Amino acid sequence: MKKCGRCSKPAVLHITELRHGEVQALHLCESCAKQHLSKAPTEAMEEMPPAEAEVSDDLDELDQRSCPSCGITFKEFRAQGRLGCPHDYIAFEDELLPLLENIHGETEHCGKIPKRAPDSSQQQFRLIKLRSELRSAVEEERYEDAARIRDEIRHVETKPADEEPPPTEA
Amino acid sequence: MDIESLTHTSGEWLRATGPESDIVMSCRIRLARNLAQFPFPNKADDAARSEVEEILHNQINRLATGRRLSYIPISSLEPIDRQLLVERQLISREHSENRGRRGVGISDEENVSLMVNEEDHLRMQVLHSGFALDECWAEIDRIDDAIEAEVTYAFSERLGYLTACPTNCGTGIRVSVLLHLPALVITKEIQKVFQALQKIGLAVRGLYGEGSQAMGDFYQISNQVTLGKSEPKLIRTIQDVVPNILSYERRVRNALVKENRRGLHDQVSRAYGILRNAQTISSEETMHLLSSVRMGINLGLIDDLEIPTVNELFIHTQPAHLQKIRHEKLESAERNVARAAYIRQRLAGRPPEPS
Repeated sequence: MKKCGRCSKPAVLHITELRHGEVQALHLCESCAKQHLSKAPTEAMEEMPPAEAEVSDDLDELDQRSCPSCGITFKEFRAQGRLGCPHDYIAFEDELLPLLENIHGETEHCGKIPKRAPDSSQQQFRLIKLRSELRSAVEEERYEDAARIRDEIRHVETKPADEEPPPTEA
Repeated sequence: MDIESLTHTSGEWLRATGPESDIVMSCRIRLARNLAQFPFPNKADDAARSEVEEILHNQINRLATGRRLSYIPISSLEPIDRQLLVERQLISREHSENRGRRGVGISDEENVSLMVNEEDHLRMQVLHSGFALDECWAEIDRIDDAIEAEVTYAFSERLGYLTACPTNCGTGIRVSVLLHLPALVITKEIQKVFQALQKIGLAVRGLYGEGSQAMGDFYQISNQVTLGKSEPKLIRTIQDVVPNILSYERRVRNALVKENRRGLHDQVSRAYGILRNAQTISSEETMHLLSSVRMGINLGLIDDLEIPTVNELFIHTQPAHLQKIRHEKLESAERNVARAAYIRQRLAGRPPEPS
């Protein structure tokens, strides 16, 4: 059995990708595959190095940070488990995303969308939905579907380049 | 709708008309929504709470759902009336105990409940008898669409509907079924069910939701995850797992009958006998005996009593109901006497005293 190209666990997923005209074979174990696909197709190869510095003793500072809209501090949120207003999801995004990932195992909505949502974001919803479909297709080993969905994602992404959403990090 | 009249009626969802209602008492879907331009209720001052209430109260009044909705301002109710609505599953305990301007829109059949200024600005729920989640979803989705056409919900492209607690954000949906599982409890097989459900990310709670005890062998099963999966997918998870639990419960019931029909018949008949004759009875004992009787009816061991009557007794024998029926405040010991009298009367086949 082939070993995972990123760690030494046995590979369960074998992906052949066409990247910049070159054929690239990937052999991944289950956890690395999940990681890979959650980033695919947005350049999984260009991973950010883990930010190890500046982790310590920022906790106090973080606790005191407050939402400019409702004034709740992160400390208050941690104490009562309830946010103060919808803007908190932006104000405390860096802290909330890992928490949401922990609770739900996902950080991207894939469900009902208000009909009043601005048209410009419809494309974004579509991408989110397609990415989620891609994940399920791979999980269920429907590789032909997965390939088709991946092409569709590329198509949607490259069509109107100016509508590419800004990166979400702070 | 007036609160006094509630003690003489019961919700449509108690009438055991839905599919699989021998085991599935009811099913429910709730959606959590917030208005984009206001702080969440816990952080909102009186002015903001009032404004939110006014906007949503208006929307509820204008809703054309095909059902008649009445709006009840919870903040101006006596504690006993608030408790009554909790016992009937029309509002949450949190909504009853909260402070400040808040209310609830309730349909005459008690299938629809729209809570305003609960943990979120709007908590909508649709409740049906039996295992009918598709009907719940169709109805609540329509209500949500109708309100959404008029107000701007707090929504983010990435995180979906934004809620006061991050555990609800995304779809804001809670899909739940209330199951009566006496045989799995008797044989202690219920533990295996819990473990299996936990593994697939479903929560098991008591009759009154979060933090409540399992009473009368009733268990509420619901989704925990609300983000990253679509509403139909979350509903499907519950729809896929419940039939397995139903057939498990039925299998164990049949095995119990096969092993010791006389013993089981004796047990449910004694439970029935106590309920028909007791002069004082606690809420806990009532739930326990009603559960036995309910299973007895389903197994054909008791044949002169209907399931809806038993379903109603689970609700109507609770403290606030008894006190409303008696029109007086009753201490625990007095309630036990009133409860026993009420049960005797109902099981003798007479309608409850109008008093």
